[in-house]
Amino acid sequence: MRAPDDIPAWEAQGWRGWARCAGGIVWREGVRFLQQKERFLSALVRPLVWLFIFAAGFRAVLGLSIIEPYETYVLYEVYVVPGLCAMIQLFQGMQSSLSMVYDRETGAMRSMLISPYPRWFLLMSKLLASTAVSTLQVYAFLAIAWAWGIEPPPLGFVTVLPALILSGLMLGAIGLFLSSTVRQLENFAGVMNFVIFPMFFASSALYPLWRIKEGSPLLHDIAQANPFTHAVELIRYALYVKHNPDALGIVLLAGIVFFAAAVWAYDPARGVMARRRG
Amino acid sequence: MSATAPALEIEGLGHRFGERRVLSDVSLSVAQGSFTALLGVNGAGKTTLSNLVTRLYDAREGRIAVCGHDIKRAPQAALGRLGVVFQSRALDPNLTVSQNFLYQGALHGLPRAEALERGAALMERMGLGDRLDAKLRALSGGQARRAEIAAALLHRPRLLLSDEATAGLDIQARAALVEDMHRLAADEGVGVLWATHLVDEILPEDRVVALHEGRVVATDTAAALAGKKGLAEAFLALTGTSADAGAA
Repeated sequence: MRAPDDIPAWEAQGWRGWARCAGGIVWREGVRFLQQKERFLSALVRPLVWLFIFAAGFRAVLGLSIIEPYETYVLYEVYVVPGLCAMIQLFQGMQSSLSMVYDRETGAMRSMLISPYPRWFLLMSKLLASTAVSTLQVYAFLAIAWAWGIEPPPLGFVTVLPALILSGLMLGAIGLFLSSTVRQLENFAGVMNFVIFPMFFASSALYPLWRIKEGSPLLHDIAQANPFTHAVELIRYALYVKHNPDALGIVLLAGIVFFAAAVWAYDPARGVMARRRG
Repeated sequence: MSATAPALEIEGLGHRFGERRVLSDVSLSVAQGSFTALLGVNGAGKTTLSNLVTRLYDAREGRIAVCGHDIKRAPQAALGRLGVVFQSRALDPNLTVSQNFLYQGALHGLPRAEALERGAALMERMGLGDRLDAKLRALSGGQARRAEIAAALLHRPRLLLSDEATAGLDIQARAALVEDMHRLAADEGVGVLWATHLVDEILPEDRVVALHEGRVVATDTAAALAGKKGLAEAFLALTGTSADAGAA
């Protein structure tokens, strides 16, 4: 038998324990994802439908001028690929928050929240897990797009990685915050209608901002204020080995703000968890 | 902290949801290596108390300490010494028992090998040594409950908090589980707080904290509380409500 009050496991393990905790949360998300093959397929089918069908149809309708970061006229399929990468991350971020709501309803989330590690660290690990999964999905999509003839510079596949991580973290943080505000799983459909679709359509994912401005200056302003627009632009520039400091700054700032809001919402003393029964 | 500090010490605990008060001035203590039953009907405040001890949210009033560590001031030290079996399932039904142990162990910083070894030993002790590779959803209700308890004990907590852990189990499974918990308290020096509304899960020598409408209405051994009437009758006399005798 041990001494009655000896050092608990997490304390005895030091920094290795922190790494194991984060690794365990990422691992579980990965196993879950692999077990749900239909989730992987639907994550890929959604952007591919946009690429193969929607973009092919719009190619004739939407003419694009030369805009940064492209150095020449590009086909609509080429333009839309970064937006579809961000769309994968947006849906993955929401999927992850959906699983948080499900876990909270079933009680499974409690086992994570009673871990001795700080709650901000647990939430950050959850974000990293979600981002790792979405990054893999994006690379699978980019590989298919390459086979379809959309060929960014090979170096772009490397330079886009930090952009994907940052945008994945930001979109995951938005999902994490939303998961704290959704009381029941049934209410999550509202998130689809009021968050995902407006964020996606009121952005530069499908059409360039100057085009939107021609049609509606108000929508252009909304798209400018939409952090998803800047995630799309960050990915677009990075995929073509260019840097967009404005997009980087806004994605970083939005990520920090939404993560802080999520940490607040899950705070035992102040957040929504404290005001809600159970 | 002192090695003799109680596994759990609660002083003047109060909580409300909005205007509705759910706990008032609750004080209780669980010694290390002891089994204490928290007896109360549904709605008495047992789950809220469990949520406060696990710091799912903070209490508005009072103090909670695990092995002398204040849950608000030193949450990591307190939670690291706490194991919990919730009323609803907390393990992932789509993972195997071993995979669940890996995940639960990781949440406490345990190395992979140690989590698997400790989990296997606990499952063996509970008579389920051959179910490690089974998916949790393939286990019976009683087996799954035992796996939940094993997961809660992986990191060698000093306090095991169980909130209606026998919910949905038949009489035999419940009796076996309660026996296991008594043995665990005695063998490993773990303090057990066993929240239940079933008096047949309580042995005469167990300490009982009777909770009613958010207040502690009695604290004593089950035998002393029961007197000649029996525990169910005594609880009825204390609260005006009947604790379930547990017969199926």
